[in-house]
Amino acid sequence: MKVTEKDVAYVADLANLELTEDERRGMLRDLNSILDYVDRLNELDTSDVPPMAQVSDRYGVDQAKQGSERFAYASREDILEGLRKSLPHDEALANAPDADEHFFRVPKVIER
Amino acid sequence: MDPLALTIDAARSAIQERKTTALALAEAHYARIQKEDGQIGAFLTLSKERALEQADRIDRMATEGKPLPPLAGVPVGIKDVMSTRGVRTTAGSRILEKYIPPYDCTAVARLEAAGAVVLGKMNCDEFAMGSSNENSGYGPVRNPRDLTRVPGGSSGGSAAAVAADMAVFTLGSDTGGSIRQPASFCGVVGLMPTYGRVSRYGLIAFASSLDHIGPLTKTVKDAATVLRAIAGRDPMDSTSAEVPVPDYTSELDREVRGLKLGVAKEYLGEGLDDEVRQAVESAIEKLKGLGCEIVPVSLPHTPYAIPTYYLIATAEASSNLARYDGVRYSHRARGVKTLSEMYRRSRDEGFGAEVKRRIMLGTYALSAGYYDAYYLKAQKVRTLLTRDFEEAFRKVDAIVTPTSPTAAFRLGEKSNDPLAMYLADIYTVTADLAGIPGISVPCGETREKLPIGLQILGKHFHEATILRVAHAYEQAA
Repeated sequence: MKVTEKDVAYVADLANLELTEDERRGMLRDLNSILDYVDRLNELDTSDVPPMAQVSDRYGVDQAKQGSERFAYASREDILEGLRKSLPHDEALANAPDADEHFFRVPKVIER
Repeated sequence: MDPLALTIDAARSAIQERKTTALALAEAHYARIQKEDGQIGAFLTLSKERALEQADRIDRMATEGKPLPPLAGVPVGIKDVMSTRGVRTTAGSRILEKYIPPYDCTAVARLEAAGAVVLGKMNCDEFAMGSSNENSGYGPVRNPRDLTRVPGGSSGGSAAAVAADMAVFTLGSDTGGSIRQPASFCGVVGLMPTYGRVSRYGLIAFASSLDHIGPLTKTVKDAATVLRAIAGRDPMDSTSAEVPVPDYTSELDREVRGLKLGVAKEYLGEGLDDEVRQAVESAIEKLKGLGCEIVPVSLPHTPYAIPTYYLIATAEASSNLARYDGVRYSHRARGVKTLSEMYRRSRDEGFGAEVKRRIMLGTYALSAGYYDAYYLKAQKVRTLLTRDFEEAFRKVDAIVTPTSPTAAFRLGEKSNDPLAMYLADIYTVTADLAGIPGISVPCGETREKLPIGLQILGKHFHEATILRVAHAYEQAA
């Protein structure tokens, strides 16, 4: 077993999940089964292979350019009303579970 | 004229020639939804007001004799992972049960600018995570061909609606096969364009280096028409590519004679259902008969695609889904005392089992001590998988494979075994990892009358080629 009960608790904590006892048991089983399967990647020697985070810099851009220059077309001036107007205050707050007319409201952050 | 059996061109021409109206088409589709969707479950939300307003605008243009735009009056459904201003958008998740976006997804805005009439939002696996649509927080979708079977996923509602004539076409999203696999299961056409071809602005993010938007349609020509309308650079999405958009429909009828089509043994091996194999092999014979040259190619790292995908996709998802914190727009648990308790309980209540599983796996793969062993390793294998395609595409113009190893399976058949479910994407995930385009086109049925899909994969930004091959096959079949 790669993943222990303690790992499940630790990772749930990192992910801001609580999980019930039942869910933790299921997670222990599923994560171990998936990670066992994933282990087959170790059959491959990748010591000389560069990692690939995304495909955008491989295709559809000028390969003669270096680094971020390839994406120069995607940059714009940093101005207040850039590509679209900011949302009006009331629209930005409209989906909030709890808000007053100015702010999102949340439970107390600092306890004493 | 049957208003429910129309393709895009037929619908638009019928409105232009005043044989019908956009309003009549919208109403015929809503009547069909009313009658059929109770048992299928493809729609989550109807946007009637918005649809009828757009239909009226198109009808006034037609009355005035103005030339109509390419999608004028065409009823469309939008997968519920795409934001629609003023129309509830849930991503199939209870955590967004009440979310009303204040803006439109670029792809949706472009469809409407081209005249399309948005009927409503399509059911899907929660946050597009699934291969059967059973992970929706709002109940499963059933396959219109056989209600005991799944429609595929995650764009299950999008595929089922087209198959059941509840929309002329739909938009779906594809991160590991979520357009092509349900298209295959439901017997419709599904196109995943090249990464960066279609803006994702307004798409609710799952795995940002893998997410694509594309159409599900009745015909290949319709897929070409829709792609033309939604493709192209969008300043609101920095990953949308600055590559010119060709007129895909005008290239459809070019001969396929002389095109080199790759067939990879890795896609026809163990785990492939016999009936699917026979259907795909006879489709390959048919393409050969049309003058295509069939060339064996090898994609040797294919067996490593699923593990690579499930590490990268879950890692990205764990980061993307951190935004659902119960503060700005997502579900908040009641009676919580502290901020930290609010985050946890809101997420616990709002997310379903598969989403939690993937957040956990992704968080684990990114956590200190495991990053190199899992996430970085997967990124390196992603390079190898991409090189496989680059190597193959030096020899061929496109690659033909089955879309899925089986036809539609039964509801409940795989829902308790996450790994078995992941393997349903075995022939589709690699294209997402490499960013290449792929299309699924119907290629026959099993003895039980379940549709089978042929997948055609192409080079980056060569959608015109795979559309052409798919169109030639469709016309010949």
